[in-house]
Amino acid sequence: MQPGRLHLIAASLAIGAMAAPAHAATIQIVMENLVISPAEASARVGDTLELVNKDVLAHTATAKNGDFDVTMPPNKTVTYVLKKAGTVDYFCRFHPNMKATLKIEP
Amino acid sequence: MFVRLGAAIAAMTLLSGAAYAQGAKLTDPQIAHIAYTAGVIDIAAAKQAQSKASNKDVKSFADDMVRDHEAVNKQALDLVKKLNVTPQDNDTSKALSKAAADKLAELGKLSGAAYDKAYVANEVAYHKTVNGALEKQLIPSASNAELKGLLQTGLKIFQGHEQHAEHVAAGLK
Repeated sequence: MQPGRLHLIAASLAIGAMAAPAHAATIQIVMENLVISPAEASARVGDTLELVNKDVLAHTATAKNGDFDVTMPPNKTVTYVLKKAGTVDYFCRFHPNMKATLKIEP
Repeated sequence: MFVRLGAAIAAMTLLSGAAYAQGAKLTDPQIAHIAYTAGVIDIAAAKQAQSKASNKDVKSFADDMVRDHEAVNKQALDLVKKLNVTPQDNDTSKALSKAAADKLAELGKLSGAAYDKAYVANEVAYHKTVNGALEKQLIPSASNAELKGLLQTGLKIFQGHEQHAEHVAAGLK
């Protein structure tokens, strides 16, 4: 491979890397001691939810309207890209008293 | 209702009675044993419920209890290993196990909706008792900071279970 082509690939990779996060943000949601924080968060479609489980227990982030259902093993972080707009109430299926709201703008 | 309350109060009295009887606070090896035993008891009750319960919410509550109490007890075992502490059997643990075995036998005779109701009612009462004991006896008595921390985390988890059980109980009426 010629050095020139490598530069081109590197350049396009750099552009690609820059292009994606220009709009998409990462929203961190922490589950600790059976509490979801923040209790209310805002995001946009395409943003990434970073779900951090700090408990020794498994948790889920389950949308009441069925839009998403993500399981987090104990002490693990799971990411999920938001696909649909709307104000979504979600909870943990294993601990239904853990509740929060996510406002997803289009 | 009276039986249930009576059992809860009896267990509570046993817990505080045993602590006072010793004339001193419980030791860490005793506290670890009591906390672990309390978990084992709820796992046994939940496993009975997994095979006997008919209501969907009661069944998934039982699944949650097995999953959580096993996770917390694993954490407790890891901690005592790390601290090089051998959990020590004691009168409180023995009284708890005896009361639980009686309860398990009593629940074993029920079936259908009557079983579901009795199991969930006992879960509410049991978590109330254990949470009270954690708050008033076990956490204040624990000397080791890591053990105290684990008990505090346990208390938060079990308070969640108490609310969850109350919610399931309300749905059965």
